[in-house]
Amino acid sequence: MTVLVKVMLKPGVLDPQGKAIADALHRLGYGSVADVRAGKLFRIEVDTDDAKQAKEVSSQMAEKLLANPVIEDYELLLETEGAPAGVAP
Amino acid sequence: MSGARAPRVAVVVFPGSNCDEDAALAARNVLAADVKMVRHDERALGDPDLVILPGGFAYGDYLRSGAMARFSPVMESVTTFAGQGGAVLGICNGFQILCEAGLLPGAMLRNAGLRFVCRDVFLRVESKRTPFTLAINKGDVLRMPIAHGDGNWTAERRVYEELISKDQVVFRYVKPDGSRGEGGNPNGSLDDVAGICNVKGNIVGLMPHPERACEELLGGTDGARLFKSFATTRMAMQGA
Repeated sequence: MTVLVKVMLKPGVLDPQGKAIADALHRLGYGSVADVRAGKLFRIEVDTDDAKQAKEVSSQMAEKLLANPVIEDYELLLETEGAPAGVAP
Repeated sequence: MSGARAPRVAVVVFPGSNCDEDAALAARNVLAADVKMVRHDERALGDPDLVILPGGFAYGDYLRSGAMARFSPVMESVTTFAGQGGAVLGICNGFQILCEAGLLPGAMLRNAGLRFVCRDVFLRVESKRTPFTLAINKGDVLRMPIAHGDGNWTAERRVYEELISKDQVVFRYVKPDGSRGEGGNPNGSLDDVAGICNVKGNIVGLMPHPERACEELLGGTDGARLFKSFATTRMAMQGA
């Protein structure tokens, strides 16, 4: 199974990178950009066919290493047939 | 230090550490210490009086600064040593590692200005409850260099309030005259925090580099005051 682990800074935590990217987008003429938050996406192939197990182990990995719970939240998405579940194509 | 044995200092070397030799030199020159360099994959610290986690870019700072280093075998020994009350000093990347390891509260964000900042800063000593500041006056202003991109220390409000109530802020960035305000803080850290300690006071982390400020020739000796304070504290404890 392939699991996508999305790690984002918690709401309210200052994101200097996101702010710089928003500024750059404004300079490129995208005046409609109201806010940008930068995050990280990990695509992890877990050696199992059990979705529950894949999510469980991914959740553990996210809490131990992939995200720092002091400043970041994480979200798990199961990727199926090329399109990640729960994400609109 | 007449009659007493020289202090033993363990300097941890991660892949990507680059201030380990500077830290060792400072320990030898200022503390006349017996220095052991301990690799990231070793566990024996050599019964030290002080462990230094030096600056650098351990494991390339991949993922987050300090995130990988925290799982090195040596960190198990450092955690045990610190848990027994042993003195641990984390400098720059070492501070980041201590936060990631949960040995110190809070976490590091990218510098508010997004730039890697390499210059001298002024620090005000805010607490004397650590071996590194016990022999320095509260309110003294020290000049030391910084060199980091992720030094924007932050913590949840509840955690920070707890930290304040337990006098765990050890250093704050200030202006040269010792006052806080515009121009003092180089990275946007919460409440100008530059260094903190754990509740017991034996674990200290700071972003500035005291080991790079131990010789007049290199721009100042204010950093040596931390190491001298450690030596004084150690002697006092042995005498007690």
